[in-house]
Amino acid sequence: MGVEGIGAKVLRKEDRRFITGRGRYVDDMSVPGMKYAAFVRSPHAHAKINGIDTSAAEAMPGVIGILNGQQLQGDGIGNLICGWAVNSKDGTPMKMGAWPALASQTVRYVGQAVAIVVADTQAKARDAAEAVVIDYEELPVVTKAVEALKDGAPQLHPEAPGNLIFDWELGDKAATDEAFSKAAHVTKLHIHNNRLVPNPMEPRAALGLYDPAEDHYTCWTTSQNPHVARLVMSAFYNVAPEHKLRVIAPDVGGGFGSKIYIYPEEIVCLWASKRTGVPVKWTSDRTEAFLTDAHGRDHETDVELALDADNRILGLKVETTANLGAYMSLFSSSVPTYLYATLLSGQYDIPAIHANVKAVYTNTVPVDAYRGAGRPEATYVIERTMETAARELGISPAEFRRKNFIRSFPHQTPVIMNYDAGDFEACLNAGMEAADVSGFEGRRAEAKSRGKLRGLGMSCYIEACGIAPSKAVGSLGAGVGLWESAEVRVNPVGTIEILTGSHSHGQGHETTFAQLVAERFGLPVDNVQVIHGDTDKVQFGMGTYGSRSGAVGMSAIHKALDKVEAKAKKIAAHVLEADEGDIVIENGEVKVAGTDKKLGWHEVCLGAYTGHNLPDGMEPGLKEGAFYDPTNFTFPAGCYICEVEVDPETGTTEIIQFVAADDFGRVINPMIVEGQVHGGLAQGIGQAILESTHYDDSGQLTTASYMDYAMPRAWDLPNFKVSTTETLCPGNPLGMKGCGEAGAIGSPPAVINAITDAIGNNDLTMPATPEKVWKALNAVR
Amino acid sequence: MYETSYHRPSSLAEATQLAAEKGDEAKYLSGGMTLIPTMKQRLAAPEALIDLRHVGELKGISVNGRSIRIGGGTTHAEVATNEEIKSVCPGFAALAGLIGDPAVRHMGTVGGSVANFDPAADYPAALLALGGTIHTDKREIPADEFFQGLFETALDEGEIVTAVSFDAPDQCAYEKFRNPASRYAMCGVFVAKRADGVKVGVTGAGASGAFRWSDGEQALSGNFAPEAVDGLTVPEGDMVSDIHGSSAYRANLVKVVTKRAVKKAHSH
Ligand SMILES: Cc1cc2nc3c(=O)[nH]c(=O)nc-3n(C[C@H](O)[C@H](O)[C@H](O)COP(=O)(O)OP(=O)(O)OC[C@H]3O[C@@H](n4cnc5c(N)ncnc54)[C@H](O)[C@@H]3O)c2cc1C
Repeated sequence: MGVEGIGAKVLRKEDRRFITGRGRYVDDMSVPGMKYAAFVRSPHAHAKINGIDTSAAEAMPGVIGILNGQQLQGDGIGNLICGWAVNSKDGTPMKMGAWPALASQTVRYVGQAVAIVVADTQAKARDAAEAVVIDYEELPVVTKAVEALKDGAPQLHPEAPGNLIFDWELGDKAATDEAFSKAAHVTKLHIHNNRLVPNPMEPRAALGLYDPAEDHYTCWTTSQNPHVARLVMSAFYNVAPEHKLRVIAPDVGGGFGSKIYIYPEEIVCLWASKRTGVPVKWTSDRTEAFLTDAHGRDHETDVELALDADNRILGLKVETTANLGAYMSLFSSSVPTYLYATLLSGQYDIPAIHANVKAVYTNTVPVDAYRGAGRPEATYVIERTMETAARELGISPAEFRRKNFIRSFPHQTPVIMNYDAGDFEACLNAGMEAADVSGFEGRRAEAKSRGKLRGLGMSCYIEACGIAPSKAVGSLGAGVGLWESAEVRVNPVGTIEILTGSHSHGQGHETTFAQLVAERFGLPVDNVQVIHGDTDKVQFGMGTYGSRSGAVGMSAIHKALDKVEAKAKKIAAHVLEADEGDIVIENGEVKVAGTDKKLGWHEVCLGAYTGHNLPDGMEPGLKEGAFYDPTNFTFPAGCYICEVEVDPETGTTEIIQFVAADDFGRVINPMIVEGQVHGGLAQGIGQAILESTHYDDSGQLTTASYMDYAMPRAWDLPNFKVSTTETLCPGNPLGMKGCGEAGAIGSPPAVINAITDAIGNNDLTMPATPEKVWKALNAVR
Repeated sequence: MYETSYHRPSSLAEATQLAAEKGDEAKYLSGGMTLIPTMKQRLAAPEALIDLRHVGELKGISVNGRSIRIGGGTTHAEVATNEEIKSVCPGFAALAGLIGDPAVRHMGTVGGSVANFDPAADYPAALLALGGTIHTDKREIPADEFFQGLFETALDEGEIVTAVSFDAPDQCAYEKFRNPASRYAMCGVFVAKRADGVKVGVTGAGASGAFRWSDGEQALSGNFAPEAVDGLTVPEGDMVSDIHGSSAYRANLVKVVTKRAVKKAHSH
C-alpha cells in the first residue's frame, strides 16, 4: 500500500471546496433566462379541491405562468409511484393510491403541491403563489396509523379500503406459536418508534431546462441517485425520453435517504420549463423541507420474546403498524418489510420468528427510507426487548446477549437473511472494555451522592447493507437491480478519472475511491479525479443509500481496476520483453519482479495511447468499465454502550459516555469511517432524546421549524469512544461491509436502555424528553 | 419576505419623525433577530423598516457605582462581556451570555428584546426581579408596569426603547432551563436579593409572559436559601402548556429553577 492507500487517514480532498464555501450546489446553478418557481401548497391535511382561481395571481408583476394538475395530467405526466411491490399475506398486491405531482382533486397532507407559479424572482413567485385562490372543502383527518385502521376512520384513497396498504407477514407463524407454547418466560413490550424529519443541511432544489432546439431536457437536482431519477422520470412519469434527459446532481449537502426519491418538484420544474419556455428553478425553504421531504420511521409495535428455562431464546413475535403517510413514496413499501423484518433475528440464534406488518395511509407527509431505513426500527425492537427480558429475569443484559449470540457462519436466520460472517462477542468485549462496564456501579454510587441517577444501556445491532444482490431484491419485489457500475479512465500522462454510479453527498467518495488507486498503483490521490452525479458523464448507476457505495460501488471500481491493471501489465511485459506474470506495479512504477527493468506508470499509459509499441492485436487506450452485482447483503454489526445521568428534578438526560465498537469489515479511510459513525450517533441520539415530529388533530405539523423540532447539537453529545474490529466480508473483493448507517441504527436502544436503567421505569417512549423522563420517574418514586 | 422599504435615521428625532410619517405600516429594526425571521416567514409585512442601528443615542453602557444604564441599541454580546457589569452585577451579564447563539448575541439588542417581550425572552425576568426601569424617547416606565402580557408592553405606537436601567442588588443570579429545540427558556428565573427583600422574575413558564413569583419572593425574603421554596406549590393554571411541556411540568420547573438560581447567587 502507498501512504495514501487502504487504511490511511487521508484528509478529504473535497473539503477544500466545502470548507471555503466553494461547493457548487443546485441552488448555485444559473443558466441564461432562468426564472424562479414557487409551489402553491395545501394548507389542509385533507380536502377536496372544488376550484382553483389564478386570475389575481396571473395579473401580478413578474408572473410568467401558473400551471396546475389538470394541465399536468393533460400533458400525460404520470403519477408518482412506489417502485417496490409488496404483497399482503393473502397474496393480494399492495394498494397504491394515485399521487399526481400536482393535486387536482384531493389533497391529503399539509404541504402537498397543488400548482406551480413561475416568475421573474423568487419573491414575486412566492407573492403570486399566495394570491392563488383555491376553494377547498375540508375532509376529516387522521394522522396516526393505529387510528387510521379503526372502523369509521377518515378514508384517504378509494384504492385502499380501511387505509390498509398491505398486511404482510414474514416467518413461520405455526413454528413460532409452537415455540411460545414451550416458553418458560415471555417478555412483552409495546414499542413506539418516533417519526423523524431528515433535515439535511442543504434543502432540496431543482432546476429544469428544456431546450426546444434539441427537444432535450436537463434537470439539476439534489439527488442521491441521478440515474434512477432519470429512469423513473422517463419510464414512469413520461417527462422526457431517457436519451433526451440529462440529470445532474452536483454537490449535494446531505441526504440521509430523503434525496433518493423523485419528488413532485423536479418533475414539475422540468415540465414547466417546456410549458413556459424558460428554465425554472425551485429551492425549498426550511419549512417546505419539514412539510415535504419524506419522513422516517413512525412504527407502533407489539413484541413478544419466548425464552426457555435456561434463558435461551425460543421465538420472537412482532406485530407492527407502519405509518406510510398520505402517499406511497418510491421505496416506502420496502422499509417496514424487507429492510425491517428480515433483521429481526438481530445477533441472536432465534429458531422461530414471525412478523406481521400493516402499512397504513394517514394524512401526513409520506414516509420512506431515512438513515438506516427499517434496520433502526428492527434494532430498537430487538434490543429494547433483550434488555427488558434480562431485567425481568434479573440477569446481566450482557451475559444474556452473549448466551444467545450466533457463533457460526454462515448463519441462516428464519427471516430470509443469511449472515455471512461476524464476531459479535469480539464487539461486545471491545465495547464493554472501552465503556469500563465493570466500574459502572462505582460511578453510579458517585453520581447518586451528587443527586444524579446514572444508567447504563447497551445495544448489539446487526444490519444489512451493501444493498443489494439484484436477483434477490428482484424476487422480493424491487423494480430495479441494485448493482453498481464504474469506469476507470487512464489519461496518457497517467492520471486517472474514476467515473462512478455512486453519489457522494457528504460521504467523502472523492477521497476514499481515490485511495483504491493509490493502493493499486501507488499513485498519489491527487492524481485521481472522481466523477459522479451526471448522467451524461457516467453511463449508469444506482446511487448512494443503504451503505452501498463501499461494498457495491467500490467493488465495481475494484473490478475495473483489475482490468486496467491487467492491460497495463500486458503492455509493460511486451515493452520490457518479460513475462506478464512477472510484472508488478508499485509506487507508480511498472517493474519486472526481481530485476531492475522497469517503466514509469506514465510511460505505460502514454504507450497505450501512442500505440507505437503494443502487443499484436491489442486495442490502443487504457479505459475499462465494470458492473458489480453483489452476491449477498453485507452485515455490519457492533456493540454500543451508553451511559447517562438523569437529573431527577427536571428529567434532563445527559449522555456521559457513548462507546461504539463496530465491525465494518475492511476500513479504507478510518477518519472518514469515524466521521460517519459520529454523524450516525448524533442522529440516533437525536431520535432517542430530542427529535419529536408532532401533528395536531387537524393534521398540521406543529414541529415544522427548528424553534419546535429539536435537532441534536454538539453540546447534546459527549466525545464518542469509537473503535472497530475487522472480520472481512467474504462477499465482496475488498471485504467491506459499510458504515454509513450503523450509528443511527445501533444507538437509540442503547440510549433508552440507559435512561430506563437510570430511572428504574421501563415505560418510556422516544424521544425521551425531560418532561417524559420526569413523568416516568414520578410514576415510580 | 414581502417587499419593504428601508430607512436609516441617524438620530432619535429623525427616527421618530420617520415613524410618525409612515404610521403603523412602519417597524423599527434593531438586531433583526426576531423581526427578520418573522418577515421571512411572511408573518409580518411592514411596508417600511426604520433601522435604529445607526442612532447614536441608543448606544453605550454606563455604570455609576451600583447604577447601571444600558442603551437600547446595545447588543447582548456587549452586555455579556462588559467588565463593569460583570463586576457589579454578574448575574445580568451572565444572562446576556445565555441568549441564543453567538450570531444572535452579536446582532440582537436589549431594546429589541424588551420591546418585543417574547414570553420566553430572558431580559424581562431580570428587569422584573431587579425592579428595573425602561426608558423611552418619551418617558420612564417601571418594569412591573412595562411588561403587560404575551408580546404586550406599555409602549405606544412609534415609541422607542432608548435604555434600561437598574441598581445592582446585593446578590443575584439567573438560571435558565432551555427548550431543547429553540434553546429559549422553557423556564428562566432571575433572583435578586437586597436588604429589603428578594424578588423573583420568571420567564418562559407563565401563560401570560414573564411574571414575578410572589410566593417565592416571600419565602426567600425570609430565608435566601434554596430549601426555602421547598414547601411551595406553583399554581399550574398560571403556566403555559404546549407541545414542549405541560403546565404541571413547568410549575415544577419554576420551583426547581428558582432553587438553582438561589444556589448560583450564593456562588457569584
Ligand atoms: C436563533 C435565535 C435564538 C434566540 N434565543 C433567544 C434567547 O435564548 N433568549 C432571548 O431572550 N432571546 C432570544 N432570541 C431573540 C433575540 O434576543 C432578539 O435579538 C431579540 O428578541 C430582539 O432583539 P432585536 O434587536 O433583534 O430586535 P428586532 O428583531 O430588530 O426587533 C424586534 C421587535 O422590536 C421592535 N424594536 C426593535 N428595537 C426597538 C426599540 N429600540 N424600541 C422599540 N421597539 C423596538 C421591532 O420593531 C420589532 O417589532 C433569539 C433569536 C434567534 C434568532
